[in-house]
Amino acid sequence: MKTESAIRLITGTPASPGLARGQIAVDASQTFTVRPAASPAEEAQILRRAIQKAASALKALVEQSERETAEILEIQVALLEDESLSEGAFGAIEAGISAQRAWASALDNEIIGYEQAQDEYFRARAIDLVDLKERVLDAMNGSSRRPMPQSAIVLADDLSPSRFLAHDWTGGGIVLRHGSATSHVAMLARSRGIPMLVGAAMADNAGLDGKEALLDGKLGTLIVNPDGAAIAAFAARNHAAHEAAAMASRFERAAGVSANGIPISVQINIADVTELDLLDPEICDGIGLVRTELLFDGNALPDEERQFHVYRRIAEWAKGRPVTIRTLDAGGDKPIPGFTPEGESNPFLGLRGVRLTLNRPEIFKTQLRALARAAFYGQVRIMVPMISVPSELAATRRLLDSAINELSRESLPHRRPALGMMVEVPAAAITVAEFDADFFSIGSNDLTQYVMAAGRDIGAVAYLADAGNSAVIALIRQVVQHGKRHNRSVSLCGDAAGDGAVLPKLLDTGLNSVSVAPGLIGATKARLAQLSIGAG
Amino acid sequence: MLKAAFSAQLINEVGLHARPSVKLTQLAKTFAASVELALEPAGPWTDVKSPVKVMRVKAAKGTILHFRAEGSDAETALAAIADLIARKFDED
Repeated sequence: MKTESAIRLITGTPASPGLARGQIAVDASQTFTVRPAASPAEEAQILRRAIQKAASALKALVEQSERETAEILEIQVALLEDESLSEGAFGAIEAGISAQRAWASALDNEIIGYEQAQDEYFRARAIDLVDLKERVLDAMNGSSRRPMPQSAIVLADDLSPSRFLAHDWTGGGIVLRHGSATSHVAMLARSRGIPMLVGAAMADNAGLDGKEALLDGKLGTLIVNPDGAAIAAFAARNHAAHEAAAMASRFERAAGVSANGIPISVQINIADVTELDLLDPEICDGIGLVRTELLFDGNALPDEERQFHVYRRIAEWAKGRPVTIRTLDAGGDKPIPGFTPEGESNPFLGLRGVRLTLNRPEIFKTQLRALARAAFYGQVRIMVPMISVPSELAATRRLLDSAINELSRESLPHRRPALGMMVEVPAAAITVAEFDADFFSIGSNDLTQYVMAAGRDIGAVAYLADAGNSAVIALIRQVVQHGKRHNRSVSLCGDAAGDGAVLPKLLDTGLNSVSVAPGLIGATKARLAQLSIGAG
Repeated sequence: MLKAAFSAQLINEVGLHARPSVKLTQLAKTFAASVELALEPAGPWTDVKSPVKVMRVKAAKGTILHFRAEGSDAETALAAIADLIARKFDED
């Protein structure tokens, strides 16, 4: 039998690198038992009662509070009693979802809308809705929520973006039994440097609360009750990580230049506008890739206004630097329920990227309109994913023409953005001269997996999924040289640019623009400064 | 049915965030007329009696809001709203 203080190793999937040492805090209220949904009528009754109970509790609090607090609580009451807040949840209940899940996901959608607002007053309102969400969930579960302690390693089944954003994570970390490395929370954790692991292999959280632990978000390990040797090894890794971070931060604000003085544009990739809150535009030469899938990851597709505000905020953040926004790239490894096709035997070869958006021109045009409007406020460039043949780019250009004509007729401020394409399908790389694109951006992840016929997520063929393979490099060289001859800019926005071993091969093709995760900016420039580049 | 419409610029510091939204909503609810607002003269239109919907508009300081009302007291309702906006929601 294990003693209470026996050392224990728990492994999981790395979701955000970094090291944390501290006490485990089991976020128990997140682990509410997921009941199977009763009949929609009963679930609706449960939600209605919980809303009433939460509203009465709030009103009781208003009575006891001094004026300032009372006014804030009265606003919460007004929002909670507004049927518009719950109509999405009641709709989900009709569709067979439990009251808990329906309420949580309806409120999460609302909260994300505020977090993405461009005005800080509105961003700050998200927390009011987080409160309402939790109050009603607590009314259903009959529990009251314990705040998460600071600098703790928080252990939970899963973590909502709202719960994540409501907590100060300095010195702490996240361990989830479920969760996903591609979740909104994982992306936020990565951009803020908070160690996180998901899919932790453990039956339950029992007996772990308050235990001392070491979390390594890069290895994906949690060591509970570490002994002296484990603590010493952790301290050494921590020291090395700090050294590397110090080295990277020295280079972060420097211009990207090779050892022999050749300037290389170093841009960032982002997936969520909130990542920019913590970044200074001075560290980069622009944004080489804005993923837009997160915007579409709710119950409803975002309308033009919502998209426009997010794109405009990104464009303004960049202060005149180029911002390359990729149109919706759903499908493949990025399914969107209700939008991407289900049951495809090989989604990577199916209806994804531009193939899907051209199939839904009304949705595509809404995005193109929002992008052209945002281009009025900065140097926005539109990048189209998964182009295989010239007709796909031509069809997109016609749709953009029509969007621009509409905006002119409606007298809405806009500007025509450059229209470029991703080069990730081998056919497009081989016949690059046939494409009338304003610029090219090489998506090294998909290009590598399509050229090598090897998925990155399949461990047994990982030795093939190498962006530095000479077949992949030959295609990249061809695209770069085409761009140089025809005066079209060429950049590369896949993980290969952040890989110190592959970077020299990429630069050898003549490539002079790369885009990497924000956390890799310093390390990439430090690596560049060590490399002598031939005249590609 | 009587119809009325007017436009006004938000001059209070924080725009239509939570507290001003609720004040606007509470005022609108004292009238029988339906009241809607929009960021563009062509819409889309938002029910001013729903604080959740009004907040979703996320109208910041400087925004020009278009209002329209329909009902027996439509004109009085819009006059009261114009006054609330001019008073900066009694906040600043």
